[in-house]
Amino acid sequence: MAMVIRVFLLLLFIFFYAKHSFALYEDQVGLMDWHQQYIGKVKHAVFHTQKAGRKRVVVSTEENVIASLDLRRGAIFWRHILGGNDIVDEIDIALGKYVISLSSEGSLLRAWNLPDGQMVWESFLQGPTPSKSLLFISTNFKVDKDNIILVFGKGCLHAVSSVDGEILWRKELATESLEIQQVFQPLDSDIIYAIGFVGSSQFDTYQIDAKNGELLKHRSAVFPGGFSREFASVSSDMLLALDATRSILVSINFRDGETRFHQTYISDLVEDSFGTATIFPSKLTGKIAIKINSYIVFIGVTGDNKLEVVEKIDYPAAISDALPFSEGRQAFALVQHGENKIHLMVKLDNDWRSNLLDESIEMDHQRGLVQKVFINCYIRTDRSYGFRALIVMEDHSLLLLQQGEIVWSREDGLASVIDMTTSELPVEKDGVSVAKVEHSLFEWLKGHMLKLKGTLMLASPEDIVIIQGMRLKSSEKSKMTRDHNGFRKLLIVLTRAGKLFALHTGDGRVVWSFLLPSLCRSETCEYPTWLSIYQWQVPHHHAMDENPSVLVVGRCGLSSDAPGVLSFVDIYTGKELKSMNIAHSIAQVIPLPFTDSTEQRLHLLVDADKHAYLYPRTPEAINMFQRQFPNVYWFSIEAENDIIRGHALQRNCMPEVEDEYCFNTRFLWSIIFPSESEKIISTATRKLNEVVHTQAKVIADQDAMYKYISKNLLFVATVAPKAAGEIGSATPEESWLVVYLIDTVTGRVMHRVTHLGSHGPVHAVFSENWVVYHYFNLRAHRYEMSVIEIYDQSRADNKDVLKLVLGKHNLSAPISSYSRPEVTVKSQTYFFTHSVKTMAVTSTAKGITSKQLLIGTIGDQVLALDKRFLDPRRSINPTQSEKEEGIIPLTDSLPIIPQSYVTHSLQVEGLRGIVTIPAKLESTTLVFAYGVDLFFTRIAPSRTYDSLTEDFSYALLLITIVALIGAIFVTWVLSVRKELSEKWR
Amino acid sequence: MEKGKGVVGRRWAIDFTDNSTAPSSRDIPDPLGFTRASPDQDDSTLSRQKKDAEANWKSQKAWEVAQAPFKNLLMMGFMMWMAGSTVHLFSIGITFSALWQPISALQGVGKVFEPYKDKKVDTLGPKLLFIALNLAGLALGVWKLNTLGLLPTHASDWVSSLSPAQEVEYSGGGLPIR
Repeated sequence: MAMVIRVFLLLLFIFFYAKHSFALYEDQVGLMDWHQQYIGKVKHAVFHTQKAGRKRVVVSTEENVIASLDLRRGAIFWRHILGGNDIVDEIDIALGKYVISLSSEGSLLRAWNLPDGQMVWESFLQGPTPSKSLLFISTNFKVDKDNIILVFGKGCLHAVSSVDGEILWRKELATESLEIQQVFQPLDSDIIYAIGFVGSSQFDTYQIDAKNGELLKHRSAVFPGGFSREFASVSSDMLLALDATRSILVSINFRDGETRFHQTYISDLVEDSFGTATIFPSKLTGKIAIKINSYIVFIGVTGDNKLEVVEKIDYPAAISDALPFSEGRQAFALVQHGENKIHLMVKLDNDWRSNLLDESIEMDHQRGLVQKVFINCYIRTDRSYGFRALIVMEDHSLLLLQQGEIVWSREDGLASVIDMTTSELPVEKDGVSVAKVEHSLFEWLKGHMLKLKGTLMLASPEDIVIIQGMRLKSSEKSKMTRDHNGFRKLLIVLTRAGKLFALHTGDGRVVWSFLLPSLCRSETCEYPTWLSIYQWQVPHHHAMDENPSVLVVGRCGLSSDAPGVLSFVDIYTGKELKSMNIAHSIAQVIPLPFTDSTEQRLHLLVDADKHAYLYPRTPEAINMFQRQFPNVYWFSIEAENDIIRGHALQRNCMPEVEDEYCFNTRFLWSIIFPSESEKIISTATRKLNEVVHTQAKVIADQDAMYKYISKNLLFVATVAPKAAGEIGSATPEESWLVVYLIDTVTGRVMHRVTHLGSHGPVHAVFSENWVVYHYFNLRAHRYEMSVIEIYDQSRADNKDVLKLVLGKHNLSAPISSYSRPEVTVKSQTYFFTHSVKTMAVTSTAKGITSKQLLIGTIGDQVLALDKRFLDPRRSINPTQSEKEEGIIPLTDSLPIIPQSYVTHSLQVEGLRGIVTIPAKLESTTLVFAYGVDLFFTRIAPSRTYDSLTEDFSYALLLITIVALIGAIFVTWVLSVRKELSEKWR
Repeated sequence: MEKGKGVVGRRWAIDFTDNSTAPSSRDIPDPLGFTRASPDQDDSTLSRQKKDAEANWKSQKAWEVAQAPFKNLLMMGFMMWMAGSTVHLFSIGITFSALWQPISALQGVGKVFEPYKDKKVDTLGPKLLFIALNLAGLALGVWKLNTLGLLPTHASDWVSSLSPAQEVEYSGGGLPIR
């Protein structure tokens, strides 16, 4: 008895001393999470290399990021993400210390401090009409050491002081259909020129006094042929524009306030110019670049408005703007492609033959073509001019070239992830080379000695730093093989540029990358857009020696009825297995729950005409599919018409085409929402790969409730059409939110609930038998979260223990939606403080572990919230048995526990999505959050109950074991002695 | 007469209590003046009385032993009441000891009554009582196990790990991909 008490006390002691916490300790940061910062595809770049100190380049990107990068290493000094609807139009540097950014269609002008990125001032520019926005920083016109910033936006020309952002004057230039195309100020002049087109054929010139904004002159001239709105300026008083047919180059000369047109046929300049011409947007002086067919033609202007061809080069090439560098000389860069190489040439503007720079640089084939070049000049040690070029590649990566080498590169394509999937790593092969072991043996011993010192608290501070470094860079977590716990995986990520990246979950490094369009480009499909990615082949039981592969679905063009493209990519090698240009369009991709003998998943591709095509196109797949054929349905949501339709499949696609892989679809049901009162704003379904452990939920007093678990459930949220806009656009009386749960096989509405006075946006997550959604309550002026749980009432009377013991129950019988199971619904609503960007739910390998909601907050962090807080059975005073069950007393709002931020102190800027991947260890989920940044970690919603934690004291365990063995030995010896002396007695 | 078997290497032994009547079994002649005759042939009535007393004593003892689990039962009941009805180390330990004790006692029923075995003593009654009391103890333990919720007597115990039923239909789709 005394022994029992002693053991009990010891255990108590251990429990009290093992601190349980969801939060991380400071030294655990980076052990299992990684965070990568990106900026996106660069649109503009402005160099700032004044004097010594930190050389930097300021860039603005298509992800609306303004960032300052280190020119030596490419690291980010600072960056600002302006948000999805604050598009950066232009950036520039003023006064040598401010970065000026113009955004939101020319209505927001901001100045950022160049060294540290703090905002200095912000001006809101108003105007009557939306228009093109232009930014021009005048350098020669100064009022009290103040440079004027000229901004054209919203139909108005503004002069803004660069010191404090004050608007000095404002001139409205908006008349009917006038589109100002360019604002500039010639050197040593007080006159600002604004030029633009009215309608399709009129050309207008405005001359404005720079001091007070008075209109000095306004000239307009009509060109009868019409313009195509494409133009390029050649000099301060001359433009070259294309006419409406794109076959005539019109030189527009507006010197002295008079406008003169001069036409030149492109066919006169360039032979075999039967294609349509486009003007390159590069700003050069004295010449322009035109793309015709597969050529780029440089056309120069000679003295008396005569045009002549300067040079003709092959298309794909990129041209930078002209850069003035010394005594009025100007240079521009030209990048051309060779085999596995790019040729960078820097030429003087007025002299084609001489090259300031001619370098060829080895370039990875997977980066595609050069899309943009920005050049900058520096003075070498021998006082000659050197040039460095910043190039933007087709895969949105950013590279700095200097002295024939790539100084640094940034994979900024990863800022625009559009879809992702995961894959297991290869199984570890037996046999490790001896040399490797011997080499690392000493290191291994040293590491373990250090760790031992650490655990025995003998380590000096320096040792602790080394130990921490070792923990962070542990080679164990970045191995290229499968691990026992399933923490090491590959994240296959598809970016907007059409590039696939395989990221290792251990440290986030790029294992391989593959640019899809580079191989797929063909006559029929010049610019495919890639849409989504699916797991095509996941070998596990049989076909183990095959590599897994993914299916990438794309489209030839932007319209939804454009023909599709499929690409199959091997995950281990990163090579394309095959690609297909398919004849039909792709509106939906439905992965089916069947796999063939090589573990290829069957997919159904539905085109815009509602024909379904089965892939892979093999006889085995069609045989397998035919058996399941009558039980496969599909539904389509037409959000613009507010209709949901359900379909079944039918044999024989089109009578004229013999294609046994093509199926006609038969319309079954439709749900038409009344367009005057409801508009679909959000839908959610369960994840296909979600695993549910059990159908019963054990509640207090050992009662059981049966969950209604169906993969064919659809959550739809509709709002009043008036309330479809921003919050505040509708009063509480005229806005409502209606939520439906729909069975997608029969079209039956399982549940419908109306939230009066509520407003979108709605974010929903569907898992097991529950759905949680987040919306705004206009009456309470707060965000709310609601939970709906569905239970199967038709199974509720399975209560006889004897029958259950004998297995005489209907619980494992297959369910059909046509049996119209009776359901009951429980729901509850809570207030929630944050607005939400995205929501997800944890998923584990067997579905036993309790769930957590992962909420992407407006602050770009990921918050983990226990599902227990969103339990409709919560009540204000739970009974004793309910408390034992773990039901939390009801509160009106959901708690936000600061320690439960998954992203701890980091921000995933521009957060767009959260993906959870089950690890092999049941307690653990891998979480991948993507936006402009990438973040990965693993979390254990119910703590790691199935493995020892990282901070488990192995030393204590070891000491205990040693002590116990010692004790056993000593007592054994003692007992032997005692026995002997007993015998002698 | 089994002495000397256990210890190997013992060459000889003299048993002073040897009272066998046949001298031929021995190689050594009897000492002079020693007659090998039964010493208690004279007072056989005395010995019978003694035996009766012993039998009485034995049966009394057997009944006492048979009643012993009753005390244990009370003790266990008290302990269980102290342990409460929530599952923790203490209550589990007590419950399992309450289950184990009767089982081990029942296994050793024969051994417990071995010393009281006699031709004249009837041990069936005490044995039955002993078994009954131990069974009561076992029942108490099982009852305790049930109050702790460790017995699968509810429907929830049988369905809690029942995997979800298969669905006949499969439906996919959603918003058109963009």
